[in-house]
Amino acid sequence: MAANPHLLYPVEGGRAAATSGKLLSARNVTLEYRTPERLVRATHDVSFDVYGADRFVLLGPSGCGKSTLLKAVAGFIEPVAGSIEIDGERVTGPGADRIVVFQEFDQLPPWKTVLQNVVFPLRVARKLSRAEARERALHFLDKVGLSRFADAYPHTLSGGMKQRVAIARALAMQPRVLLMDEPFAALDALTRRRMQEELLRLWSDERFTLLFVTHSIEEALIVGNRILLLTPHPGRVRAELNSHQYSQESVGRGEFQQSVARIHRLLFEEETAR
Amino acid sequence: MSTPQFMEPPVRPEFEAVPSTPDQVRHEAPLPLAKRLTDRAWVRKTLIALVLIGIWELAARFVDNDLLLPTFSATCAAFVQGVLSGELIEKVAISMSVLLRGYFLGAALAFLLTSLAVSTRIGRDILSMLTAMFNPLPSIALLPLALLWFGLGTGSLLFVLVHSVLWPLALNTYAGFQAVPPTLRMTGRNYGLTGLRHVVLILVPAALPSILAGLRVGWAFAWRTLIAAELVFGASSGKGGLGWYIFQNRNELYTDRVFAGLAAVIVIGLAVEHLVFDTVERVTVRRWGVQS
Repeated sequence: MAANPHLLYPVEGGRAAATSGKLLSARNVTLEYRTPERLVRATHDVSFDVYGADRFVLLGPSGCGKSTLLKAVAGFIEPVAGSIEIDGERVTGPGADRIVVFQEFDQLPPWKTVLQNVVFPLRVARKLSRAEARERALHFLDKVGLSRFADAYPHTLSGGMKQRVAIARALAMQPRVLLMDEPFAALDALTRRRMQEELLRLWSDERFTLLFVTHSIEEALIVGNRILLLTPHPGRVRAELNSHQYSQESVGRGEFQQSVARIHRLLFEEETAR
Repeated sequence: MSTPQFMEPPVRPEFEAVPSTPDQVRHEAPLPLAKRLTDRAWVRKTLIALVLIGIWELAARFVDNDLLLPTFSATCAAFVQGVLSGELIEKVAISMSVLLRGYFLGAALAFLLTSLAVSTRIGRDILSMLTAMFNPLPSIALLPLALLWFGLGTGSLLFVLVHSVLWPLALNTYAGFQAVPPTLRMTGRNYGLTGLRHVVLILVPAALPSILAGLRVGWAFAWRTLIAAELVFGASSGKGGLGWYIFQNRNELYTDRVFAGLAAVIVIGLAVEHLVFDTVERVTVRRWGVQS
C-alpha cells in the first residue's frame, strides 16, 4: 500500500483524485405524498449538491422529509417541482446506478444465501458472468468480514450482519451514489458504533459517494463530511455544515460537543422560541 | 412500618472471574431414546394411523357384514389383488394423467391472472371480481354444462379441474404477493427489475409460503373434483379412472374393492402431501426461515 492512499486513489478515467466535481444535484425539490385523506408536503424547495466521494448526510428530526428525499434520489418518488440530476442527467426512475441500503432487515431476499444475495443484482442489473459476479461478491463480502458466512441464509444472521451483507451488496454494484436510509437505526448501540467505524474504513478503501440519512446528530458528525440540516413540516433547508474533521475518536471532545450543541440549536431553537 | 423513604443499596466490591473454557463445561447430552422417537413426526403419525386401523378392524368385526363394512384385512387383500391384476394401477394412471394436466393448466392460468393483477389496476379488479364470482361455485355443478360443451371426454374433466384449482390458487397467490414487504419490492425495482422479471425473481419466491398453501388446497380440490366427476361421468362412458372403479364395484356389491379404491385415493393423497409438498417446503421456505 502507498503511504498516502488518499492522494493516490484513482478515479474513473485514471486521473489522480485531487478535487472531485459535482456529482448529484437537487434543485428546488418539492416532494409530496398522498395519504388516503390528504396530500402531505414532505419537502419544500430543497436544494443541495453532492460532490464525488462526499459523505453527505441529510439530518433532521422526524417529519423533515429526509427519507422521502432519499427515496426521490433513488427514483421511487417523483418530485412535484424541481429536479434531481446525476452528472447533469435527470433522475426519472429507480436504477442500478443508485443503490439503496434500507433500514429494514428484510431487504435481503430470504430465499438467497448471503453470496447469492450479493451476486443477484450483479447478474440481473450489471449482467456480469456467473464467475465474475461470484468473484466480485466474494471480494466485497471479505471487505465486510463475512466471507465465512457466504453460504448462510439471511435468517441465520444477526441484524448487524444483515446490514453488512446489504452494504457489501450495494458496494459490489459500484453505484454512482450509495444511498443509505438510516441503515444503523435498528441496531443496538454497540453494533451501531462498530458499523459506523466499518463504513468509514470501507469509504477510505473504496472512496464511494455516499448519501446518508440519519436523525442522530452524533452519527451525522461521525459519518459525514458535510451535513444538510432540515427542519420539519415541511422539510426545508436550515443549514449546510462541514463535519469532515470529526471521527469516532472526537466523540466527547469539546469541539465535537460544541458542534452537537450548535446543530441542536439550529434545529430546535426556532421551536422553543415560538 | 417506619421504613425510611430512600434506601440505598450498599456499595459492594467489584470482582473479576475467568470464565471456564468450553471443554470444561458439558453443555450437551443425548436425549433418551423414547423421547428421540416421539420427537419424530412420522413415528407419531404412524401411531395415529395404527390406532385408526385398529378401530376400523374392531368396528368391522362387530358389524360382521362384508357388504356394509369390510374389515381392514379384506380391504388390504382387495387392494393387493387390484394392484397385482393391474386393474387398480391402470385406473390410477388414467386418473392421475387427467389430474396432473388439469392441475398444471389451472396453476398456469392462476399465475397469469395474478401476475396481471399485481402489475395493473384493471387486472386486480378482474381477479377480485372473477374469484368472488367463481370461487363459491362447486366444480361439480359445472359438470353438466361442461358435458354439453366439451362432450363425454377428457375435455370436460379438464374444464372442471381447472375451475377447481384456478380460483383458490389465484386467491392465495395474490394474497401472498400483497404480503411481500415493500422494502423487498423496492430492492427489486432498485436493480431495474420490472414486469414479469420482477414477479418471477422477487414476488414469487417471496410469496412462496402462500403459493404452496394454495397449491396444497388446489391439489385437494382437484382430487375431490376428479373422483366426483368420474363417479357421474364414468357411469355413462364406460372408460374411467379411479372414480369409475369405485362406482362400478359398488354396483356389483364388491364393497371391499370400493374400499380399496378409496384407500388408493387416500394413499396417493398422503404420498403427495408428504413426499412432494413437504420436500418442496423443506428445500425452500423452511430452509429460508420464512416458515417454520
